[in-house]
Amino acid sequence: MAVMKFLCDTKRCIECNGCVTACKNENASAIGWGIQRRRVVTLHDGEPGEASISVACMHCTDAPCMAVCPADCFYRTEDGIVLHNKETCIGCGYCFYACPFGAPQFPKKSAFGSRGKMDKCTFCAGGPEPDFSEAERKLYGANRIAEGKLPMCAELCATKALLAGDAGVVSDIYRERTAARGAPGTIWGYTPTTG
Amino acid sequence: MRLTRKTDQAAVSNKAVLGLNRRQFLKSASLATGGIAAASMLGAGMMRKAEAKDIPHDTPTETKRTICSHCSVGCGIYAEVQNGVWTGQEPAFDHPFNAGGHCAKGAALREHGHGEKRLKYPMKLEGGKWKRLSWDQAIEEVGQQALDIRKESGPDSIFFMGSAKFSNEQAYMYRKFAAMWGTNNVDHSARICHSTTVAGVANTWGYGAQTNSFNDIRNAKAMMFIGSNPCEAHPVAMQHILEGKERGAKIIVVDPRFTRTAAKSDEFVHIRPGTDIPFIYGLLWHIFENGWEDQTFIDQRVYGMERIREEVKKYPPAEVANIVGASEEQMYRVAKLLAETKPGTIVWCMGGTQHHVGNANTRAYCILQLALGNMGVSGGGTNIFRGHDNVQGATDFGLLFDTLPGYYGLKTGSWKHWCNVWDLDYEWVKSRFDQEPRLGQDPMTSTGIPCSRWHDGVLEDKSKIAQKDNIHMAFFWGQSVNTETRGREVREALNKMKTVVVVDPFPTMAGVMHERTDGVYLLPAATQFETYGSVSASNRSLQWRSQVIEPLFESKPDHVIMYKLAKKWGFEKEFCKHIQVNGDEPLIEDMTREYNKGMWTIGYTGQSPERLKMHQENWGTFDIQSLEAPGGPAKGETYGLPWPCWGTPEMKHPGTQILYRTGREVKYGGGNFRARYGVEHNGNNILAEGSYSKGSEIKDGYPEFTDKMLKQLGWWDDLTAEEKVAAEGKNWKTDISGGIQRVAIDHGCIPYGNAKARCIVWNFPDDIPLHREPLYTPRRDLVAKYPTYEDRMVARLPTLYKTIQDQDFSKGFPLIITTGRLVEYEGGGEETRSNPWLAELQQEMFIEINPADAADRGIRDGDDVFVHSPEGAKITVKAMVIPRVVPGECFMPYHFAGVFEGKSLEKNYPEGTVPYVIGEAANTVMTYGYDVVTQMQETKVSLCQVSKA
Repeated sequence: MAVMKFLCDTKRCIECNGCVTACKNENASAIGWGIQRRRVVTLHDGEPGEASISVACMHCTDAPCMAVCPADCFYRTEDGIVLHNKETCIGCGYCFYACPFGAPQFPKKSAFGSRGKMDKCTFCAGGPEPDFSEAERKLYGANRIAEGKLPMCAELCATKALLAGDAGVVSDIYRERTAARGAPGTIWGYTPTTG
Repeated sequence: MRLTRKTDQAAVSNKAVLGLNRRQFLKSASLATGGIAAASMLGAGMMRKAEAKDIPHDTPTETKRTICSHCSVGCGIYAEVQNGVWTGQEPAFDHPFNAGGHCAKGAALREHGHGEKRLKYPMKLEGGKWKRLSWDQAIEEVGQQALDIRKESGPDSIFFMGSAKFSNEQAYMYRKFAAMWGTNNVDHSARICHSTTVAGVANTWGYGAQTNSFNDIRNAKAMMFIGSNPCEAHPVAMQHILEGKERGAKIIVVDPRFTRTAAKSDEFVHIRPGTDIPFIYGLLWHIFENGWEDQTFIDQRVYGMERIREEVKKYPPAEVANIVGASEEQMYRVAKLLAETKPGTIVWCMGGTQHHVGNANTRAYCILQLALGNMGVSGGGTNIFRGHDNVQGATDFGLLFDTLPGYYGLKTGSWKHWCNVWDLDYEWVKSRFDQEPRLGQDPMTSTGIPCSRWHDGVLEDKSKIAQKDNIHMAFFWGQSVNTETRGREVREALNKMKTVVVVDPFPTMAGVMHERTDGVYLLPAATQFETYGSVSASNRSLQWRSQVIEPLFESKPDHVIMYKLAKKWGFEKEFCKHIQVNGDEPLIEDMTREYNKGMWTIGYTGQSPERLKMHQENWGTFDIQSLEAPGGPAKGETYGLPWPCWGTPEMKHPGTQILYRTGREVKYGGGNFRARYGVEHNGNNILAEGSYSKGSEIKDGYPEFTDKMLKQLGWWDDLTAEEKVAAEGKNWKTDISGGIQRVAIDHGCIPYGNAKARCIVWNFPDDIPLHREPLYTPRRDLVAKYPTYEDRMVARLPTLYKTIQDQDFSKGFPLIITTGRLVEYEGGGEETRSNPWLAELQQEMFIEINPADAADRGIRDGDDVFVHSPEGAKITVKAMVIPRVVPGECFMPYHFAGVFEGKSLEKNYPEGTVPYVIGEAANTVMTYGYDVVTQMQETKVSLCQVSKA
């Protein structure tokens, strides 16, 4: 049984936002303007040391969202993917406060940006509705996992910075990479000489 | 996702706070815009079509192989189609360029199948209202107006703006179309992209294209990016670049801004915009001083390095530091790194080309590589990244004001060659042109009006331009006019013309930024996903695209629209003499076959449709390291048969991945510098000495091949009887049997001869690169020593230099302004700003300004500011206060449009076509300045003032 994980190699991430639009593309049936399940965050923007990381739901093993949800709408699949049920979600936003990554998203179309049903990255694994059903597509988007594929964001990553898949395989790839390049300095970006 | 909650804090801090980047900043600054865009998204399009969400999951799926239509990297894509709707996009892990990877644009490609904001049907502006037309009526009216103008003002009064979004076949046909109309007033965005590269580099060593490939950068040990920011402009190239870095290559980024690419570098060098030549000479100073040059390479393969050596003496470290701004220590460090770390490659883009000395900049970069001996080897070369997906192909097919397809030029011999290929009477083609010389120039054989200055062709006093009359009508066929500088003049010219015709999937700025109430036509063109054909990536590989979907709404493929107009104009028979026409659609494969018969100069002759389709079907057999197929049906060939792919398709040349590579046989893609400028100069031999490609039977330099040369060498009888007939009196460029090329290659020789690269380009105004201060420079103290040119006539138009530089604007406009790209958008941005997945990520036009300059002006991050141009225009944008730019320098992205000097143009768009995001166009405030050889516009350095709005 696999444990699905994301890992973003910050030395490879160039903040091209391919992962963001890949997600929009693949899950277009469920997410409209204003919802971004995945985002790229840049540190030290415009200075030596600038580094970017692509972030979405990290599908935590001990997920704080799941722990705090008063409606108990979260569940974990046998592949370790954290999903939630939009039918039982009450849109309270507790998960948003609990999440260390800011993954939960709320529709912004209505007045005051009020809550509505929470939306977040599904690891392209749909939701509790039957696989490939109309309801699943409209509420959660794609179900690539059921098709035997990995999340679109990682599959389309321009520089192979964003990795997704079984934790063991992902860490093997990353370990091999860092060993080969010698991982100077920190896990973040590079710091060029200037002046 | 907000890592930190700070919607309001953005305005109080001048420092970008941890976790808050450019995009989040702009989004929080513009929630209102997002709201409006979201609301307009809900407004239904005029014509609803089937969408992905209407199609059940288990509907049978067809998978089409296509190529991304954004940048020139040429990423492969699997497009999934169900019931004729583009429902899915899958990564092409087996594609040799991108291995499945995409940037924001490529990953959002499927949106092309929605096209919510597209032009839906032909329209015309009448009494200030957009009116729907049938195709027949639109062609009739547009065609008739052109004929009327032709009658009164001659064929040169119509301007044919073409597109880098055409397929190769369409680009070829469009050039032919303009030729048969009888004008050289045909051009496209290569003029404002890499025209200076094409001119400068081709005049240095033969061909003006990327010499190696994106993939080959993996093999470099050093890379220098100068005026190139692939993280935003060519993101998938970074896959290869970072792979190279992880294998130990050193990256140097030279740029006015600390770009995203700079963030991945080992050394970042800031240079003041417009000082590329002193920067390169500053490196060469150290190289010559320390004897780091590759003298053997120079002796064998370079002409005129001594002149450069003399010139470089004028650029000692202190002088370079003064002009460029980089420290003496850093210059030494970079020169040493380049000298000690080989092979090294140089990459440049618009930062180098878009200057009034652009052609000389590109020559300077080449000279550095020649001095280092980095040419013709894997991991070396000048990796010049082109912009649009097919700007390389459109350039190759002569969608330019100064050449015919294949860079044949405009001389009578070139016209005769193409008439021979077209099987048309030369006299008939000639009769289509204006027959009178104008200001001493013959319209058929003289350079036309450039893409950068069609508006001057409209507005300039007609007695001062070298054609019969002004331009009265223009086709804006796949080109955004907000990419051209001097926005006010662009608008005035649009106002003044008799008729404006936009042929495009979107209305574009030519359709909406004017103040007209009549005489504008919008003809909806299909995208490349609604037709098929070949496209040339920056590395010269040709890729075949399959059609993904049927043309959306009433749009038609470009070649169909051309055919319809040709029919109205009465030359459709000549236009498609050897091309099968089905209904109104000329057969694409026949176009490929036709250009295969004519493009001998650059080897677009071996890439038959059959070979290209075979490569398309076998992406996975090509190795990502070498681009060669170790086995399978394309065994031994390089992916996409990069030109030159010599001879006929039957010769099975594998294509040339790396130009001028003497270490290989010509028949396997080897070669040497081209003999293009004769055999001697001022009594000096300019043919190669003791250097030749592997296996060459001539073990020295040699001139280009002609029938006479074959006879002298005793190789004439290697030709077949038919080849002899075709080759008699011809040369390697004009023998349409391909026999001369075949025989030369059989003897290990390259058809174009074997010469030295030249550092001295004696046919250019500056025969060696010379520093000239920008027209709008803040360094008045340097103007006397490094002045620009005298005003002069360039091609058909009077062009100002000294008149502008003589005026001192530096007091009122103290900030240098430069422009560039964002990863989410492309070109003029109409297409990408109409894609909601992309538009959502960049909602506001902005200017990057250093915290010091912002503080001086009381400007805070996120404020509305005015940007004032010394030529009078003023735009309103958001301030992004960021150390990415140094004090005294500012940056703006150029993809925005739809707001003009503070006024929204929204009401000018046909209903339902306003892009999700609009904004001020940077080029409204960008100023005068054109390259002295190619008329490239100066968009990389001007002056401005910024004030709080």
